[in-house]
Amino acid sequence: MSPENAARKTLPAGRRHGRRRAVQATAFALFRLFAVVNGMALALVVGFLVVRGWRAVNLTFLTQAPMDSMTAGGILPCIAGTLLLAFGAMLVAFPLGVAAAVYLNEYARPGLIVRIIRLSINNLAGVPSVVFGLFGLAFFVIYLKMGVSLLAGCLTLGAMSLPVIIGASEEALKSVPQTYREASLALGATKWQTIWRVLLPAALPGMLTGGILGLSRAAGETAPIMFTAAVFFTPKMPKSIFDEIMALPYHIYVLATAGTNIEKTRPLQYGSALVLIALVLGMNLFAIVWRARLRRNR
Amino acid sequence: MKRMILAIAVLSLLAAPALAGQLTIKGSTTVLPIAQEITESYMKEFPGVAISLSGSGSGDGIKAIIDGTTDIADSSRFIKDSEVKMAVEKGAYPVPFAVAYDCIVPVVNPKNGVSNLTLAQLKDIYTGKIRNWKEVGGTDKKIVAISRDTSSGTFEVWEEKVMKKERVTPAAQMLASNGAVAQAVASNPYALGYVGLGYLNKSLKGIPVNGIMGSEQTTLAGTYPISRPLFMFTRGWPTGTTADFINYVLNPEKGQKLVKKAGFVPLY
Amino acid sequence: MPGRQAKEKIIRRTFFVLASAGILTLLAIALFLFIEGFPIFRGTSVQSFFLGLYWYPTSDPPDFGILALMVGSLSVVAVSAAVAVPLGLATAVYLAEIASPRMREIAKPVVELLAALPSVVIGFFGMVVVAPFLQQTFDLPTGLNALNAGLMLAFMSVPTICSLSEDALYAVPNSLREASLALGATHLETIVRVVLPASISGIGTAVILGLSRAMGETMVVLMVAGGAAMIPESLFDSVRPMTATIAAEMAEAPVGGSHYHALFAVGAVLFLFTFAFNLVADWISHRFRQVGEASL
Repeated sequence: MSPENAARKTLPAGRRHGRRRAVQATAFALFRLFAVVNGMALALVVGFLVVRGWRAVNLTFLTQAPMDSMTAGGILPCIAGTLLLAFGAMLVAFPLGVAAAVYLNEYARPGLIVRIIRLSINNLAGVPSVVFGLFGLAFFVIYLKMGVSLLAGCLTLGAMSLPVIIGASEEALKSVPQTYREASLALGATKWQTIWRVLLPAALPGMLTGGILGLSRAAGETAPIMFTAAVFFTPKMPKSIFDEIMALPYHIYVLATAGTNIEKTRPLQYGSALVLIALVLGMNLFAIVWRARLRRNR
Repeated sequence: MKRMILAIAVLSLLAAPALAGQLTIKGSTTVLPIAQEITESYMKEFPGVAISLSGSGSGDGIKAIIDGTTDIADSSRFIKDSEVKMAVEKGAYPVPFAVAYDCIVPVVNPKNGVSNLTLAQLKDIYTGKIRNWKEVGGTDKKIVAISRDTSSGTFEVWEEKVMKKERVTPAAQMLASNGAVAQAVASNPYALGYVGLGYLNKSLKGIPVNGIMGSEQTTLAGTYPISRPLFMFTRGWPTGTTADFINYVLNPEKGQKLVKKAGFVPLY
Repeated sequence: MPGRQAKEKIIRRTFFVLASAGILTLLAIALFLFIEGFPIFRGTSVQSFFLGLYWYPTSDPPDFGILALMVGSLSVVAVSAAVAVPLGLATAVYLAEIASPRMREIAKPVVELLAALPSVVIGFFGMVVVAPFLQQTFDLPTGLNALNAGLMLAFMSVPTICSLSEDALYAVPNSLREASLALGATHLETIVRVVLPASISGIGTAVILGLSRAMGETMVVLMVAGGAAMIPESLFDSVRPMTATIAAEMAEAPVGGSHYHALFAVGAVLFLFTFAFNLVADWISHRFRQVGEASL
């Protein structure tokens, strides 16, 4: 029986006991209410978007470029741009992030340097997205002369995703049992061989989950790509990494605030928002479910 | 495995040859409808050209010409002396082309009863001296003054011709585009805003200034007090695709017809 | 053997360098912000920058006073905290203490999914749904104001606060709860007097990180806070937080001009704010030992 019931059985009932229980019942109901409100928030936003946007989403919408001053046609270049940015960001962040996690978890000895590295990673996670955009602009676009380009956008988003990847990879590495390491070393392998052949493969699913979460976050960001990669209208597919691109989040922002005919494109805005959250939430759901499966199997 | 496929995909993007016809256009949200119509039509006629278009404010376009990050800058105002100086310092010589005429029309919500405003009243509203609609002949409600943000050429012209260089009150809402202003005024019965002629539509009510209504005729006749030419700037005298595009815009059969379609005043 | 040892050493050094990518990026960001932002003080005094009431970057002569912008940022963060902290904490308590394990398995992913919503979508929602609603219900001149922004920002900070607090609460060892109940306390009293104080360090960190996230959020405030660069007199006034200012004006500031430097300076101020928040969070988590940390 639960500790509470055991306590209830052995203690004498008193008049004050009843009042305390009433207070508890109200408090718990309140907590439950708040939790429900929290859950409803997600349902509310998604619900509105679905209701107002589903009509706009059809095959044309998903496979064509915008036409007629954005009042018709589709968002194919935006979807393509978003996917390219997200994958590019992962290409940058994943190797660096995994390497950093390997160092922090396998090689580093506790001390000042490690504390500084961890502190910087935590701080990097807290840097506002628009500051990343400024950095991307000053460093990649201007200083390194990449211009407003897919490359600059990927690098900026990659820098932004680094903390997420490092965190997930470290968690994955931590969950590999110590026995794996010890067995490998006992068989005569060097530390590097242990890492490369035993630990990384074992931790890979967890790292990939983290990678997908990072990917979905990068796909949804607007501020870092506003100055570094995205433009209003370039319906042709990018032919090189130095081209400008359209992207879903930027498209929604621009249609809603700077478009030429905001009212007429409203259904398209809802549709774009719907496609974006379908993409992002889909990736997240996949990663969350996969991670839960992994944890259960341990 | 997954990553290898990705790597190959990325490398294939890197190995692409340089594009024959490529054009970047940035700048004014006022000129944007024109630029967009022309871009679509141009790309249909010349499918080998890839054009990338942005519209976030005339200031953005001019800055891009100065920095060399665009081929054409749309602008609803003329370039400032300080900007010319900066451009020349960086080796760019901005060349202006007037591509259309426009007038800035003060707009209110159709529910608003006010039917005329003088230039002086407009100025006082935007400096914050007049705060209530009843002071200009409307109902007893606070005026929600809607303005454009600082990157807007429309804002600069308004500042010059209406505000006479006095500052807009910080209590005014600063929106990012003509479209945003149109939408805000259409959904707010107590709002006052200003938009380019091409943005006037059924959900807005244009207000005559000093008794004169902004329209194609009054703009061309010069009687409307808040009118201006719309520009496209190029970096140095245009050549190649840029020149083709500019000629297309100025062509009375092609570009100028699209100017009219976008709701603005063609040059001829 | 010595060959293998040498190789191991090289590999270890390589990993160290790669791990420093994080710290290098952070330093690079700080460096560029300060290098590009500092020149503003050639033309504007430090005092008029930080305490100046007027932000008129394109007038002639320009005014670069960020006081209104900073107050704008702080006001929306305050509103979002007022909503997000109770909501997030209550949900965390519910998930950690009251919910059945099955309920927890459903509810936790839902909260995490809320964290996945892109900021532009939340800003869009605030603009097209909440703003007209506020305008009509309260008969306001506009629905784009500090209140709207604060509410939407709460959407973004609640998942952070909730997740981290829930982790902190969950990590408190059961023995503490059992001891309290055995002494005759109700479940509620146990939560309030034993579990919460034990996890105050983790909860403190969670709240501060949530606030830091709200302060640094850009798209939501850009679309929803209204854009009036002045000190708000009421919740229903429009404001212009620092993040929105940078995002809105960056594209028009010619590289190397005073407006450009001013915006980078604002970015530097933002960076310092969030850096300070993070330092405080880090200090809290080290100073006040989280009970049950061994199991975290």
